[in-house]
Amino acid sequence: MVAPRVRASKEKAGPREGRLRAAGRMALRRLAVAVPLLLAVSGVVFALGAASPFDPVYQYYGTRIFTAAEADVARTRAELGLDEPVWQQYGHWLNGVLGGDWGLSRSYGQPVSDVVAERLPWTLLLAGTGLALAVLIALTLGVASAWRQGGWIDRCTVTMAHTLEGLPTFLLGLGAIAVFAVAMPLLPAGGVSEATGTATVASTIRHLALPALVLAVAQLPWLILTVRQQLLVALSEDHVTAARSRGLPERTVVLRHGLPGALLPFVTTVGTRLPELVTGVVLVEEVFSWPGVAGAMVRAGLNVDFPLLVALTLLATGAVLVGNLCADIAVLLIDPRASANG
Amino acid sequence: MGEAMGESVTGGRLKEWRPGGRRRPGGAARRGAAVSARARVVASAAVLVPLVAVVAVLPLVAGDAATGTVDYDAVRLAPGTGHLMGTDDSGRDVLVRAALGARVSLVIAVACAVAATVLGTVVGAVSGAAGGVIDATVMRLVDGLNAVPHLLLGILIVALYRGSLVAVIASIALTHWTTVARIVRAEVLSLRSRPYIDAAISGGASRLMVLTRHLLPAVAPQAALAAVLLLPHAVWHETALSFLGLGLPPHLPSLGTMVADSRDDVLLGAWWTIAAPAGLLVAVTLAVAGLAGWWRDRLVPRRRSELAL
Repeated sequence: MVAPRVRASKEKAGPREGRLRAAGRMALRRLAVAVPLLLAVSGVVFALGAASPFDPVYQYYGTRIFTAAEADVARTRAELGLDEPVWQQYGHWLNGVLGGDWGLSRSYGQPVSDVVAERLPWTLLLAGTGLALAVLIALTLGVASAWRQGGWIDRCTVTMAHTLEGLPTFLLGLGAIAVFAVAMPLLPAGGVSEATGTATVASTIRHLALPALVLAVAQLPWLILTVRQQLLVALSEDHVTAARSRGLPERTVVLRHGLPGALLPFVTTVGTRLPELVTGVVLVEEVFSWPGVAGAMVRAGLNVDFPLLVALTLLATGAVLVGNLCADIAVLLIDPRASANG
Repeated sequence: MGEAMGESVTGGRLKEWRPGGRRRPGGAARRGAAVSARARVVASAAVLVPLVAVVAVLPLVAGDAATGTVDYDAVRLAPGTGHLMGTDDSGRDVLVRAALGARVSLVIAVACAVAATVLGTVVGAVSGAAGGVIDATVMRLVDGLNAVPHLLLGILIVALYRGSLVAVIASIALTHWTTVARIVRAEVLSLRSRPYIDAAISGGASRLMVLTRHLLPAVAPQAALAAVLLLPHAVWHETALSFLGLGLPPHLPSLGTMVADSRDDVLLGAWWTIAAPAGLLVAVTLAVAGLAGWWRDRLVPRRRSELAL
């Protein structure tokens, strides 16, 4: 609707400011979609919880449920609010969340917000490093393989990408541990610090290397194929042919005339692949005993820790939405042709 | 090059001109691609056929002596004549158990793919055929569902409905139908404007009739392809859930459960307990993906890019 109009030169700062404003409007529009979406997700999760055969009272009592008096169980039910209809429970939860209270995590015996606050930085560190590595490797290999389509680099890269697509992330992780931590003890097999010492920057990097690399490799195939494909498309465009016919060096043609056009779809792809990144983080954190939120999701699932499950699902959904928005804003800011619809 | 200049600059032969260092499209590069595609099919089939044979026949041949029998006199035996891939920490034959696990994983994957495809086809076809508000609402729903990471939704569903096979299948089907729905909807939208649909409508056919007699049969090949493309994802998703301990009930040995169980064996040096299930898992997913890719190239020869569909 509001494609930033490129104005005449008398208004010098025009286009960029227009784009910034358009980006702001887009963020607002996305927020208007995100709030109902998050409400809907949490509502569906509560409905699923209410319909499931799982009864929190049994969890609360454990085996003592068989010896507990009926009246006690009934009182506990009332205290936990389990007799209320599901929409009332949902209302209570929502009320708490709006006041900053996400409930109590049973599997950690801590408020949910504490669990998340303690573990989120580790997850962000792992996911951020992994994503950055994946983008770097994908750009390098993708450009190298599109540079000479059909050459040996290209064939190796494409075959490798197709093979990696079939490898489950957790096998990659276990394989990396078997090779780099057991067979050749170069790097630690898990955790974030040595059992004896305190965490230093150097030891954290050593512990981060293997999980981040596995996470990056797991995300690679799709990214590499995107860069390669988009660069091939970009290289067949007229302005690239024109650059070639002017006799520019191949390096300039590919990197300066072809690559910028291929980068825009790549940024969008990185944005749309974020749910896969979350999936990868869950598996990598589990394999490497990384103390992040994704590992907490698994523990919450095993212990049916409902408040933590809801919070983490919403957190991941929110992260994906924010990531998508960032990717779209990036495209909007770097590409003058992009319109700010949607 | 000189003769190309005479033609229009945008189209024609100028586009095909490449400096010496670059391969010409249609030349060796394309032939190489065709050869490698054929090699991929042959390799996939060569892996898949013996694999299915092993998975189907081995547990029968091995008899109940090897299927689940615990034998504490033969714990963690290295691969040898008696046990081709050794034994695990309870003395069970690793290869036979992995074959059983692959069977379980494959059956579940097929069930998930079928369920997701049926759901996706119905939703996509109805959405595309109805258009308007219904279409817009359904597509927003699909977008919303795609924003929730699949594995997390799977963990949530399986956690709440633990220990049931249906929960695992449902958790995979419910998170994967959206791709099918998108493909089918796009197909229906492009079919809707064809003359034969107009002819059917002007001949007095009802909406339902147009949908069931004309649109659904026309999208069937695409839907079937989507189902096959879903298979490796379903195997992957199920084994991931089982690996996390949130998958199948313990009496069904999935490949993912076996990999999770033998994690510690790697540290003990008993590599074979993980090698068999991991190898089977990789072989199954790669072979199925390879065959699915070949079929896609047959069905959609002019795919715009390697990434579409």
